[in-house]
Amino acid sequence: MNNPYIPNLVVIRKITTENEARDIKTFELVFKDPKAMRSFGYRCGQFAEISVFGAGECPIGIASSPMEEDSIQFTVKRVGVVTTALHNSVEGTVIGVRGPYGNGFPMEKMEGRNVVIVGGGFAFTTLRSLTNFILHEANRDRFKEITVIYGARDPGELIYKYDIEAWGKRKDINLNVTIDRAVTGWSGLVGFVPAVLKEVAPSSENAIAIVCGPPIMIKFTMPVIDELGFSPEEVYLSLEMRMKCGIGKCGRCNIGNKFVCKDGPVFTFEELKMMPREY
Amino acid sequence: MKWKTIEKRNFSALVEELAKENEVIGPLKEKNTVTSVRITSENEVCLDFWNTKKPPKEVFFPQTETLFTYRTSKNDAEIIESPAIRKKMVLVGVRPCDSRSLVLLDKFLSSGEHKDVYYLEKRKNATIVGLACNHPLSTCFCTSLGGSPSGKEGMDLLLQDINDKYLIQTVTEKGEKLLEKISWLKDAKKADIEKGKKLSSDAEAAVRSKVSLSDVSEKLDKMFDDPFWDQICQKCLGCGVCTFLCPTCCCFDVLEEGEERVRIWDSCQFLCFALQGSGHNPRPSGKERMRQRIMHKFNYFVKNYGKSFCVGCGRCVQECPVNLDIRDVVKTISARKVE
Ligand SMILES: Cc1cc2nc3c(=O)[nH]c(=O)nc-3n(C[C@H](O)[C@H](O)[C@H](O)COP(=O)(O)OP(=O)(O)OC[C@H]3O[C@@H](n4cnc5c(N)ncnc54)[C@H](O)[C@@H]3O)c2cc1C
Ligand code: SF4
Ligand code: SF4
Ligand code: FES
Repeated sequence: MNNPYIPNLVVIRKITTENEARDIKTFELVFKDPKAMRSFGYRCGQFAEISVFGAGECPIGIASSPMEEDSIQFTVKRVGVVTTALHNSVEGTVIGVRGPYGNGFPMEKMEGRNVVIVGGGFAFTTLRSLTNFILHEANRDRFKEITVIYGARDPGELIYKYDIEAWGKRKDINLNVTIDRAVTGWSGLVGFVPAVLKEVAPSSENAIAIVCGPPIMIKFTMPVIDELGFSPEEVYLSLEMRMKCGIGKCGRCNIGNKFVCKDGPVFTFEELKMMPREY
Repeated sequence: MKWKTIEKRNFSALVEELAKENEVIGPLKEKNTVTSVRITSENEVCLDFWNTKKPPKEVFFPQTETLFTYRTSKNDAEIIESPAIRKKMVLVGVRPCDSRSLVLLDKFLSSGEHKDVYYLEKRKNATIVGLACNHPLSTCFCTSLGGSPSGKEGMDLLLQDINDKYLIQTVTEKGEKLLEKISWLKDAKKADIEKGKKLSSDAEAAVRSKVSLSDVSEKLDKMFDDPFWDQICQKCLGCGVCTFLCPTCCCFDVLEEGEERVRIWDSCQFLCFALQGSGHNPRPSGKERMRQRIMHKFNYFVKNYGKSFCVGCGRCVQECPVNLDIRDVVKTISARKVE
């Protein structure tokens, strides 16, 4: 029987500090065994359990696009034991990865349609994976208009600046990057994500919306999404719960009879409305 | 189905026989409690008990279990998997409620894409020799959950105390095979079997504690925001005893111990259980945690697997330091008017 609790060994190839506070870093990982990389087939919106030996394990969304074949990336905020140990690791350190887990975004459903991507804070990680996947030359034709709305507290907290710069040069994406309050030196959009979404007002016609962010952003974004005419089955959210096993066994991440790790973490707004409010 | 008997005084000879090819685990009396332990020539299995303090889940899902060990050096790491367990096990004296709990655990831990190999590997190698209850306690309510004091669900063999001897009933082929090797067992006489039947029906009638579960799951669907949760959680201390000793509760935590990845029993009754890294806790008070336990047993599990996640063993009733009785909770839900 295949043992799902045993991680694959990976080497940290590159560490990129993403923000001014230096508490968000992106880790580029390569599998020690190339076969394991190939069998780690993942889709946008899935997550993995990252092991730092001596510290423990935690679930992290996959931030790279499945089109990148030789490495996977995770963007991690330093909050506790495992994430701090990871932040203290240096390039070349061997850590563990098991997964991919969870359902991921509904890629098939998005094909042939407009996609509206709304994200706030560092929860943008899997949305970055999604955006890069759609924008890949092998995939771009399969999707119609792409609108991205991404907000951070201030310019220093914006992550993936290098991607944002590259996306900004393209004509086939409607990119809207915003910060909460005006600061000198920032010439882009200013305002909270829900307000910017209202302003940009992407059409809900033949469109799917994907929303990830802190609870407060979600709370104020959903009414705007509704006003724009998106029906609850066409809106997808990614949830975060405390997780341990990632495979529906440790009993930690349930909302009602659903386990977020295996039945989610992506749910439609319609599904969420049917679930008990315990998240 | 085959019926055999064994004189009580010969039972240890049977255990000895089984121990030749199996690790035998059975109840052992220690001071005032009975615990299931490995039976060797040094100790003697005790079949004259109410029930073990800890349920048999701990044989397959130990309180602490090493998932794997590892070695790390400056620029490398190596994982050493725990060797697969090949030794066959025989569990002797498992009560019908506890045997049923293993069937429920099997369902849950083998479901989905990723299976719990640690539990399942041990389970695969185990034979369950059950023991019918002739004298159910006042806290037993197995019959309300589809069980019975002489129920055979999950067992390979069932023993029944018929005064001077044990009546042995084969339930599965696995159980039959186990007996084949023991040539000196006597075939049961008709009178023995009749005596067993009588004791079974008496025991069934002796389970006086009853709760009706017919509409509980349905009611709970509409009771998530019911003020009732505020009341029932008031006296709970959040100690978690009810979940640790429950034969079906199997939540766990995963942590690091030396160079080992270890899992340990955990409980939804603890404050930190669902606490997120951000500081947000979806179950911040006893109310949400009590609701989770009850909902999981009588609604969520029913939705996912068609059965309650409780076998009516009564451990949580007996051991709760503040006498929070799960039967009363169920009765209150049952009596509640919801629209
Ligand atoms: C599907 C999913 C995807 C995720 N994706 C990402 C991602 O892309 N990037 C990212 O950075 N994070 C992500 N997270 C969150 C990430 O999993 C957590 O931040 C991580 O588990 C924290 O682990 P830790 O060991 O560092 O913190 P811990 O040490 O476990 O805890 C951090 C904090 O939680 C509290 N806490 C936890 N346990 C206890 C306890 N026993 N007692 C008291 N307090 C406690 C404390 O306040 C502590 O400071 C994701 C989570 C999920 C479920
Ligand atoms: S045993 Fe009793 S006091 Fe302890 S957590 Fe369970 S219900 Fe609460
Ligand atoms: S909930 Fe209580 S009565 Fe039911 S199986 Fe668990 S310990 Fe036994
Ligand atoms: S993380 Fe263990 S059940 Fe979901």
